[in-house]
Amino acid sequence: MGLTPVLTAHWDEPKSFDIENYQKHAGYVALTNSLKMTPDEVIGVVKDSGLRGRGGAGFPTGLKWSFVPQNDGKPHYLVVNADESEPGACKDIPLMLANPHSLVEGVAIAAYAIRANHAFIYIRGEVPHAIRRVMNAVEQAYAQGLLGKNIKNSGFDLDVVVHTGAGAYICGEETALLDSLEGRRGQPRLKPPFPAVAGLYASPTVVNNAETLASVPSIILNGADWFKSMGTEKSPGFKLFAVSGHVKRPGIYEAALGTPMSELLDYAGGMKQGRDLKFWIPGGSSVPMLTPEHIDIPMTYEDLAAAGTMLGTGTPMMFDKTTSVVKAVSRWLEFYKHESCGKCTPCREGTYWITGVLEKFEHGVGKEHELELINDICGQIAGRSFCALGDAAATPFPGAMKYFASEFEEATRKPVDVSFPPERTKIFSTVGVM
Amino acid sequence: MSVKEITAEHIEELEVLAAKYPVRRSALLPMLHYVQSVQGMVSPKGIQTCATVLDLTPAEVAAVATFYTMFKRFPMGKHHIGVCINTLCALLGGDDLWKELTETLGIGHDETTSDSMFTIERIECQAACTVAPVMTVNWEFMDSMDPAKLKELIEKLKTGAPVQSTRGTLITSISDSERLLAGFNDGKVNDSPDADDSMLAGLRVAKERNMTAPIGKGVR
Ligand SMILES: Cc1cc2nc3c(=O)[nH]c(=O)nc-3n(C[C@H](O)[C@H](O)[C@H](O)COP(=O)(O)O)c2cc1C
Ligand code: SF4
Ligand code: FES
Repeated sequence: MGLTPVLTAHWDEPKSFDIENYQKHAGYVALTNSLKMTPDEVIGVVKDSGLRGRGGAGFPTGLKWSFVPQNDGKPHYLVVNADESEPGACKDIPLMLANPHSLVEGVAIAAYAIRANHAFIYIRGEVPHAIRRVMNAVEQAYAQGLLGKNIKNSGFDLDVVVHTGAGAYICGEETALLDSLEGRRGQPRLKPPFPAVAGLYASPTVVNNAETLASVPSIILNGADWFKSMGTEKSPGFKLFAVSGHVKRPGIYEAALGTPMSELLDYAGGMKQGRDLKFWIPGGSSVPMLTPEHIDIPMTYEDLAAAGTMLGTGTPMMFDKTTSVVKAVSRWLEFYKHESCGKCTPCREGTYWITGVLEKFEHGVGKEHELELINDICGQIAGRSFCALGDAAATPFPGAMKYFASEFEEATRKPVDVSFPPERTKIFSTVGVM
Repeated sequence: MSVKEITAEHIEELEVLAAKYPVRRSALLPMLHYVQSVQGMVSPKGIQTCATVLDLTPAEVAAVATFYTMFKRFPMGKHHIGVCINTLCALLGGDDLWKELTETLGIGHDETTSDSMFTIERIECQAACTVAPVMTVNWEFMDSMDPAKLKELIEKLKTGAPVQSTRGTLITSISDSERLLAGFNDGKVNDSPDADDSMLAGLRVAKERNMTAPIGKGVR
């Protein structure tokens, strides 16, 4: 099916982020349509569409909404997860920059469906350019009566607050995000209870990724069958693929789920300087890496799981043969060490020890038996940590050993900068193309 | 550098932030951004002020402030400069940029130049990997950097020459950015550029090759 611009369809128009441009293309018609339906009918359409969460886990969106108890007399909340901090993930921020109204409209529809009168858009703090655009979109929507009291005479009220984080990857984990939004340290909560039952202020809450919600208006407008005409049965619809790394044209490629990486790579102009692909990661550093032999696997939740990895955020990072796998893994572990919230021992201590040992390998003085040690520590972290950040931290090393064990062995004798001169890997390099 | 006092007017603005939420404590992160915009840091006095406004203890506020890397307990310079050193940016050139920056300014991570112009920081993935290697000035993005552009950037910032962020607005100061992050819209939404090459990459190929999403009844 190939490229399917929906969210990105009008990004090449001047001021694509402005409400005027959005409304030129049927913007907010889906909201008007939704308000004429019952909330349950809206949930029904989203369920039928098969839309799955774009934040990484791929949970069915309509199902998540249906978990919110009805007539419980408590306030309900909708929280947008726009914390996008997973290494390699870079699709929600461009989306909020170029098309913030698709998110705002999605928020209004979702809030109506789950009977929430209050929504929060939690954006990571380091992106003023995106925050400005979302703030502006919310203000524009209020000014036109698309948010606020009695929206379009439907009797439905919705207040939306744009909220900023302050630099903590863990706040992307939904329960840590809720604690952070309550003005606390962003540390994960024990589940259950799940947010749908006891989330923000201990009330029923839906947390959805920004891209997930931005996809909703087009589904309401065109119907579940239209959405399902793209993608596969288990992975329906379109998706923003953000392709980065050593490719000729890194960028956002909006395509049907099921498009293989080889096709996305072709759209991206192939690898830079005609060098060979060495390894790639389909959706953020928290999912296991793959090699060129996997390049024809359809990019779906199910096919990538069968290959031993995950679609994750759907933002492939592509590395060419000049790249040191050891260095890449070591740097990702530094990240997890830095971002571990410290709540549980396996993750807090484990990431600390792994980085210490990996550093030796970077310098070419790792010991063979220490590979076993790192593997052990990963085993102590995975499945024994309080939240999925721990599991993520235990992912890059075993993933890399599966395909590149010999490189780690080489790093017991030779510094990685000798085996893989950094001058070749960087993209403004003037040093010999090989 | 002396840290600016928090005045009654500032407390009024902090009250505005607290009033935005059903539960006032939710405003704490925005309030700390606000304090940082006024003081260039989160000082003990700033912590005390937030505690008073929210009816918390200073220890409760300090526990939150110290958790988040964006909140600094030392006075920042006029400009905060970040270099992404997460794997992808680092390998594509970020490590070089960091080296160049530290050598040019003679300071290290989380340090400030003696003239209080620059504070520099090694930062994690900025959700901009398609335009790697990435730097930020006052958190506004400088995409696809290289050492020559870095030198020019520092020179311009030193002399006060205008610098346009590739995704954001004209660079002003960390204080202005923090005010926006606190929740006070600066109204500069039209000052930042439309979608760049990386954001349009897929749409352009789709148009070249006549690819579209299926036509739906709603047409978007
Ligand atoms: C450490 C960690 C970081 C995460 N970061 C994000 C993030 O930045 N954005 C996001 O949408 N989901 C993130 N998630 C997933 C969320 O917990 C949650 O599954 C998601 O927001 C649900 O939305 P969805 O169903 O629409 O995908 C993260 C999870 C973990 C464990
Ligand atoms: S796994 Fe890591 S991030 Fe998650 S709760 Fe434990 S220490 Fe915190
Ligand atoms: S790795 Fe630098 S922006 Fe993602």
